[in-house]
Amino acid sequence: MRNTLARSAQHLSIYVENLTKRFGSFTAVDNITFSVERGEIFGFLGANGAGKTTAMRMLCGLSKPTSGSCVVAGYDVSREPEKVKQSIGYMSQKFSLYEDLKVWENIRLFAGIYGMGEKLIASKTEQTLAHLGFEAERNTLVKALPLGWKQKLAFSVAIFHEPEVVFLDEPTGGVDPATRRRFWEMIYQAAERGVTVFVTTHYMDEAEYCNRVSIMVDGRIEALDAPKNLRQRFGASGMDAVFQRIVEK
Amino acid sequence: MSHRKPALSVFNAQLVWKEFRHIFRDARSMLILLAMPVVQIILFGFAITNEVKNAQVAVFDPSGDAVTTRLIEHIHASRYFDVVRNLGSAAEAGEVFREGRASLVVIFSENFGENMWRTGEATVQLLADATDPTQAATLTGYASSIIAGYRQELLAERRIPMRVTAQVNMLYNPQLQGAYNFVPGVMGMILILICAMMTAISVVREKETGTMEVLLVSPVKPAALIFSKLTPYFALSVVNLATILLLSVYVLHVPVSGSLLGLTMLSLLYISVSLALGMLISTIAATQVAAMLASSMVLMLPVMLLSGMMFPVENMPKILQWLSSIVPARWYIAGVKKLMIEGLPVASSLKEIAILSLMAIALIAASFKKLKK
Repeated sequence: MRNTLARSAQHLSIYVENLTKRFGSFTAVDNITFSVERGEIFGFLGANGAGKTTAMRMLCGLSKPTSGSCVVAGYDVSREPEKVKQSIGYMSQKFSLYEDLKVWENIRLFAGIYGMGEKLIASKTEQTLAHLGFEAERNTLVKALPLGWKQKLAFSVAIFHEPEVVFLDEPTGGVDPATRRRFWEMIYQAAERGVTVFVTTHYMDEAEYCNRVSIMVDGRIEALDAPKNLRQRFGASGMDAVFQRIVEK
Repeated sequence: MSHRKPALSVFNAQLVWKEFRHIFRDARSMLILLAMPVVQIILFGFAITNEVKNAQVAVFDPSGDAVTTRLIEHIHASRYFDVVRNLGSAAEAGEVFREGRASLVVIFSENFGENMWRTGEATVQLLADATDPTQAATLTGYASSIIAGYRQELLAERRIPMRVTAQVNMLYNPQLQGAYNFVPGVMGMILILICAMMTAISVVREKETGTMEVLLVSPVKPAALIFSKLTPYFALSVVNLATILLLSVYVLHVPVSGSLLGLTMLSLLYISVSLALGMLISTIAATQVAAMLASSMVLMLPVMLLSGMMFPVENMPKILQWLSSIVPARWYIAGVKKLMIEGLPVASSLKEIAILSLMAIALIAASFKKLKK
């Protein structure tokens, strides 16, 4: 595993300081501070409503913080949102491809949106399709693909423009364990190429796959460490038990 | 990374192309977009009209002289009426109506011809079923004008000095064709439906499926997003405008009697208002169903009821007149009537153009403000 200690600040992909988001009197994200290193797989855990989607939306520039700052890929999200947008990929909780477009059309569309040149798109499309084993599905409408395939394709599209950070919002919702396993292999491959993966999930077996996880309760980060350390600290056999103990505390 | 140039331009070919794909791949949208104008023009032009053709007429003619016989022939010969029945007595009229066998009954007085020549006065009674008052008024109007016409004919034949009779002239629409009224109405309705409703639905669909979020996270400018959403619907509206005009000129025989350029400019302005309205609806509605409902409540009903397409604005109560003035279709339809039907110069519809321009600016500003949030 990656050495998560002793990295200098310039190797940080995400740096969040005192980030807070209030909706009226309700505090969705309560003064959180954390950082994520380059190439790290960072699990962002929490029960539904704990504030993880709100926090992630602020990191992506989809929502403005009430206070605090976040730096993503070296740029301040509120000061240089355009530069942040160029450097990140995003896979939404809902399915994020166009069902009525063909496989290659989806790839081309999103690559074009990120300003990639025609030649590069063409060669990289071949590479991606080969990597996914989707050569025969090039002209298939996305809606005709099985859910697991769609999610693999959506992930490939999210990292197609080689972002520094990719945000995955519950990417494996509704898929069987075998497909989830294969999806995580793709995440590992991306991380090995240096892509920072920021992933929210509520599957505790997936938390085990992350380098570090943070566990959010009621808008605050209650624990943040490598899964192994958390298990030790809470004397639990699995992340599921760790999560239960933190939430019930 | 050096291969990447920021996608800053307002025009993004990929995005525009994608919007066209969405429409062309969706059989339902295609059907709505391309068949609706044709169906509506044909429905409104031919089927739903308050013109009367070949209405069934029953006649009671106790005098049976040369004058009444020829008068009945005249009525029968007109394209509005078919004389289908001769009644044995005036009392049968009620029965004929109840059984729905005639919509107009003509009852001549006894010795009709003789009275006419001797006293200059003969009476004929027209009975119509006024459960449908519009049709009843139309039928009796047509029948009276046939009778009056025949009397003039007789007077001329016998060389009796002409008496002054009131003559009604129908301006601009001499044959009283319903199409003259409906073509501008259908234009007003179809353009707003296609531009506003389809745009709103296509934006909200992306919100629902989650793709909108992915686009918002990307470096695409909001203006480029809006522009790419509007382009295909703008193009299709222009196609529809051409279709409607061609159908109305060559199928319904409603000519463009004013400036075609002026009419086109007015229509493009109206299309812009409609597109902006669609964007505004899409920023408010969260689901496709909501967008559809909002569009039909905000667009369909007011356009049909308040725009003057079906009921003249002048006859409405003050409060509805006031309400109708915020319906863009009202001003567009009024402008089309002036430029297309009445053949007036463009300057005559300056008021409509000014109001529509203001609406366009206000709506675009409002939807941009909403979208920024």
